[in-house]
Amino acid sequence: MAIFFTRRHSVLPGFGLALGFTLAYLSLIVLIPLSAAFIKTATLSWEQFWNSVTAPRAVASYQLTFGASLLAAAINAVFGLIVAWVLVRYSFPGKRLVDALVDLPFALPTAVAGIALTALYATNGWIGQYLQKWGIKVAFTPLGVLVALVFIGLPFVVRTVQPVIEDLEAELEEAAATLGASRWQIFARVIFPTLMPALLTGFTLAFARAVGEYGSVVFIAGNMPMVSEITPLIIITKLEQYDYAGATAVAVVMLVASFVLLLLINYLQWLSRKRNPSK
Amino acid sequence: MSIEARNIKRAFGDFIAVNDVSLEVASGELVALLGPSGSGKTTLLRIIAGLETADSGQILFHGEDATDSGVAERRVGFVFQHYALFRHMTVYENVAFGLRVKPRHLRPARDEIRDKVLALLKLVQLDWLADRYPHQLSGGQRQRIALARALAVEPKVLLLDEPFGALDAKVRKELRAWLRRLHDEIHITSLFVTHDQEEALEVADCVVVMNEGRVEQIGTPEEVYDRPATPFVYQFLGDVNLFHGRVYDGRARIGDWEVPVPEGLHVDNDKAVVYVRPHDLEILAASDDRDALKAVVTQFATIGPRVRIDLKRVDSGETIHAEINKDRFLELQIGAGDQVSVRPRRHRLFGAAAA
Repeated sequence: MAIFFTRRHSVLPGFGLALGFTLAYLSLIVLIPLSAAFIKTATLSWEQFWNSVTAPRAVASYQLTFGASLLAAAINAVFGLIVAWVLVRYSFPGKRLVDALVDLPFALPTAVAGIALTALYATNGWIGQYLQKWGIKVAFTPLGVLVALVFIGLPFVVRTVQPVIEDLEAELEEAAATLGASRWQIFARVIFPTLMPALLTGFTLAFARAVGEYGSVVFIAGNMPMVSEITPLIIITKLEQYDYAGATAVAVVMLVASFVLLLLINYLQWLSRKRNPSK
Repeated sequence: MSIEARNIKRAFGDFIAVNDVSLEVASGELVALLGPSGSGKTTLLRIIAGLETADSGQILFHGEDATDSGVAERRVGFVFQHYALFRHMTVYENVAFGLRVKPRHLRPARDEIRDKVLALLKLVQLDWLADRYPHQLSGGQRQRIALARALAVEPKVLLLDEPFGALDAKVRKELRAWLRRLHDEIHITSLFVTHDQEEALEVADCVVVMNEGRVEQIGTPEEVYDRPATPFVYQFLGDVNLFHGRVYDGRARIGDWEVPVPEGLHVDNDKAVVYVRPHDLEILAASDDRDALKAVVTQFATIGPRVRIDLKRVDSGETIHAEINKDRFLELQIGAGDQVSVRPRRHRLFGAAAA
């Protein structure tokens, strides 16, 4: 294989060792557990597999999990960008504190986040009681799932976009201004395309996190079958009923779907990187 | 379109970047703002462009006050040292940018934009690069594209901030000759900032020498080089030897060498400094010591047709740098350790206070 011949010309030492270690490590940590899911699933007949992954309850949960995750990642992309922008471009009292607050969803145990959100948005909670008057129910509905996913995904967008905004050359904006561009045109035509790759990365991370999120969602979702039940919960439920193969079957569907979506986003990223090389 | 700056002042905290500077650029002129780093030249240029605001003073374009106008209203073309090209756009899109962001009723039709961009790319001789991205171009090409982009909106004046500062020596030389030709072709009032004296002298119609936020001298390249107004200009524009002496009865004495004090300079019985450029020093055989300084050759280096000689004064031990042509050097038949006489052909005397 050609790739192995290149090491003779490389000045970096330890190519073979490094590659071997990387592959072994990835196999141990990522590939072996994943393949276990596939192998366990294979104990099912094709029909059993099909029945358990297309059960109406499971299908409704896929829609909720992926739909809410995509929407939450999109909301985070917009508002995370704004938060990152404000944190980099403006100075205001308490900026460091706000900056630290962004990381809170990272650090907070997800169950704590879930309980806190539920307490806030329940019909008798601080926020929930007012929303109730408007006829908006958050807790124990799909909307609640969305709120939880937005909460846990925010830091991913902010922390990936922030350094790129910090590195933006002021000269680019000045050049655009001398060419007669308005502030909005400068943002839309100069700044935004530059931030696009990082924003997509942040979106992907927030999405990936949201798809796998369990702890913060189960409290606020209410977990009503067909309405507010997420796929990870279906898996847990099946496990609790000792339906291991059924649980892994649903897990496999999730895995494949996530993988395809991530691949798609990576492709978009590759496209925008190609149009926007770093230097 | 002329540019005028009146009593411009700008401070950053305690640091005064531009200190009461006034200057005028006549319509169609190419003027260099020359000075060491930190002399306030870039700040002044950015104030003229509207990218920076002055603490006090006025900016006028064609006699009209533009002090409070925004960047876009001033209609200046600005070229940055590091090009500031939009990386996600092709060369074509970069140049078209200024036309495409115009308000709808002023925006040219698609075909017009196309014709104009291609004409500009031709002007900068890079029409074959229209579809490339900036990262695929060399530094010199990038800067020419940046210039084409600035010219696309038909600016009234062109401002260039160290336009060749990021390029290597050879490309820099080519580009500045090219800029001169381009200016002769399109005659747009231009002001460029540089710290490279050779660049300023070679390209500009007029040179403004700045130091520590003030204008030291304004004049043609010949004037500032041959008749520096201040010791700073003398030292900044080219190499110079300093000879410290004392003035008695209207004559300054430097060792065995005597020079008259020019009229209008009232220095008496005081220290004075004489400035002499290395190529204004004559090297003579040691025997020819009338009105000359004695010195010993310490080392020499031949650079093409010129020879640079380091000498040590016999009386004070100070080092003198001289530059003579190679023929004269061979004629003299001197080498390291030989004693010679040194006589300035041209000099300038400043009182000790000025120096």
